[in-house]
Amino acid sequence: MPVIYMDNNATTKVDPAVLEEMLPYFSEQYGNPSSMHMFGGMVGRKLSEARERVAASFGCQPGEIIFNACGTEGDNTAIRSALASQPDKRHIITTRVEHPAVLNLVKHLERKGYEATYLGVDEQGRLDLEELRDAIRHDTALISVMFANNETGVIFPIKEIAEIAKERGVLMHTDAVQVLGKVPFDLKDIPVDFLAVSGHKVHAPKGVGAMFVRKGVQFRPFMMGGHQEHGRRAGTENTTGIIGLGKACELAMGNVTHENTVVRALRDKLEKKLIEAVPDTRINGVVDSRLPNTTSLAFQFVEGESILLMLDAFGVCASSGSACTSGSLEPSHVLRAMGVPFTYAHGSIRFSLSRFNTEADVDLVVAELPKIIHRLREISPFKRTEGEAPACTC
Amino acid sequence: MWEYTDKVREHFINPKNVGEIADASCVGEVGSLACGDALKLFLKVDENDRIVDAKFQTFGCASAIASSSALTEMIKGKTVDEAMDVSNQDIAEFLGGLPKEKMHCSVMGKEALEAAVANLRGLPMAPHEEGEVVCECFGVTDTTIRKAIAENNLKTVEEITDFTKAGGGCGKCLDKLADLLAESKGGLKPLQPVAPARPTGLTNLQRMKLISKIIDEEISPSLQKDGGNIELVDVDGKTVLVQLRGACSSCKSSQLTLKQFVEKRLRDAVDPDLVVEEVR
Ligand SMILES: Cc1ncc(COP(=O)(O)O)c(C=O)c1O
Ligand code: FES
Repeated sequence: MPVIYMDNNATTKVDPAVLEEMLPYFSEQYGNPSSMHMFGGMVGRKLSEARERVAASFGCQPGEIIFNACGTEGDNTAIRSALASQPDKRHIITTRVEHPAVLNLVKHLERKGYEATYLGVDEQGRLDLEELRDAIRHDTALISVMFANNETGVIFPIKEIAEIAKERGVLMHTDAVQVLGKVPFDLKDIPVDFLAVSGHKVHAPKGVGAMFVRKGVQFRPFMMGGHQEHGRRAGTENTTGIIGLGKACELAMGNVTHENTVVRALRDKLEKKLIEAVPDTRINGVVDSRLPNTTSLAFQFVEGESILLMLDAFGVCASSGSACTSGSLEPSHVLRAMGVPFTYAHGSIRFSLSRFNTEADVDLVVAELPKIIHRLREISPFKRTEGEAPACTC
Repeated sequence: MWEYTDKVREHFINPKNVGEIADASCVGEVGSLACGDALKLFLKVDENDRIVDAKFQTFGCASAIASSSALTEMIKGKTVDEAMDVSNQDIAEFLGGLPKEKMHCSVMGKEALEAAVANLRGLPMAPHEEGEVVCECFGVTDTTIRKAIAENNLKTVEEITDFTKAGGGCGKCLDKLADLLAESKGGLKPLQPVAPARPTGLTNLQRMKLISKIIDEEISPSLQKDGGNIELVDVDGKTVLVQLRGACSSCKSSQLTLKQFVEKRLRDAVDPDLVVEEVR
């Protein structure tokens, strides 16, 4: 059975051109880029090319790029660096809908004595910039706000937020893991100080990431050791991964229009047809400011894990904001922060497409999913007209 | 991805005995939409106390649907007393085992059966509803938790969460769970339900002040943790008018929050006759 992969916000397929670029560096070209000999030096040159490619896609200088292991590392490094370089500042501003890579770190820092403000979102997943302005204090060390949300695809106005931060003299980090390759951005226009991306979300392999640290911003490394990455990230480079990420960024620049036309059209069709075919369905998140590949659909009265398992029988891969899939017992913190009613939150499914999806993929989901929801609703004791759920203090 | 057995998958994809029984002898209902799983069990019992038919409706994950299907298969043809001997362990075993985080699905099956039998016997309350709510997030009582500990020989707080869901939300009940666990090992005395000191003979003004204080200092911070909030609008005699904000205002279970949490707290602390109402 062919796999219909619609879970690209979780991870992506390595593009064949990326793999091809990487392959020689696993076998013949295995030198250490730090070595004095030509053999290693050639790999070093290839890394410089990757750095230039990443910088070009960000609109920054190659010297402002640090390669690392993942998006999580970039987020952790940026936040910790901002705190370490301003020891007298004890306050962090972030949002309630960040990825755990930020959220759990900030919660941890709170236990270590830092203070945090978590900005809320409205029912469409939007921030209130006035709330942000009001939250800034004289001892605010950092504002960390994601560029786009991984669950709903909602894009935050990062340029405006970064301008507020700059005007108030506060450092600003953004988790851009979900936007690279999907929405064009230019760091010449967006005055953030830090930004993090991850290889495996942009058709490069897992285990490689990159971060941007603006020239002139004080930086405190996370990993200490050798002088790799100019001493800013010790440890022998993941050469193949970095080369893959470089190639993927180059491809992403060429494909971003495709993402916003062809992929967006597929997403829109999927969304529209499902909403037409399945009553009591809604979209989580503001529709006109979203990643072009993502839709989070909430089906009332059914549970997400059941939907996913039934989709799995057709080879369809998606993900869910429901409690049951994640191992936690409550629905996703993102949907809860948005105040999505429980009746919908438990039945939320995220489809995230990529340039490797076809019209036939969409047609299959449109044909099968309504039947699945219908079946599960037949099993469910809750019906549309019945209204209130039985008593429970949840 | 959960590791489900083939038997779980089979009972999930093709569940047995789905539906309602129009002339059911009794019905047992547990869980709710807000909790993420719910089960409604219909039994038809003949004059010899034998279960001649069982059907279910379930909202929940694969293991919840499979556990419901398994339960109905297991109890059909048994007398009510025999059926009551089916434990949540038996349900899990019938399915070739459940992932430990999903054991609460089998417990839900057992509870629905108990609720149905209570309904059959004309008991006022299903057994799981007795006792004091320990975990507010999932509405789990001390009775349910004690029983799960004893029947499944639970050793850790984590296991309590796997079996009953208690503690799987905000986590503020974890200490109480630890106490219940210690108590079951004979370490601690049973939790003393603290009789709330309730002021008597308040003037209207005093009552209003007290209500306002409790909402500001206790109820509102607790709702804020979940992204909601509450505002006191007015106190009219014994009627307290409030407005829900943030996540609470759009939440389907807000009425439950209002009645079971806000009203209960105010009744305990101020006046047992208070009624809380929402103004929109
Ligand atoms: C918004 C966001 N931030 C961070 C991460 C973590 O990235 P990585 O898996 O590379 O650590 C992810 C991936 O799930 C993400 O979606
Ligand atoms: S009260 Fe038990 S988890 Fe919140």
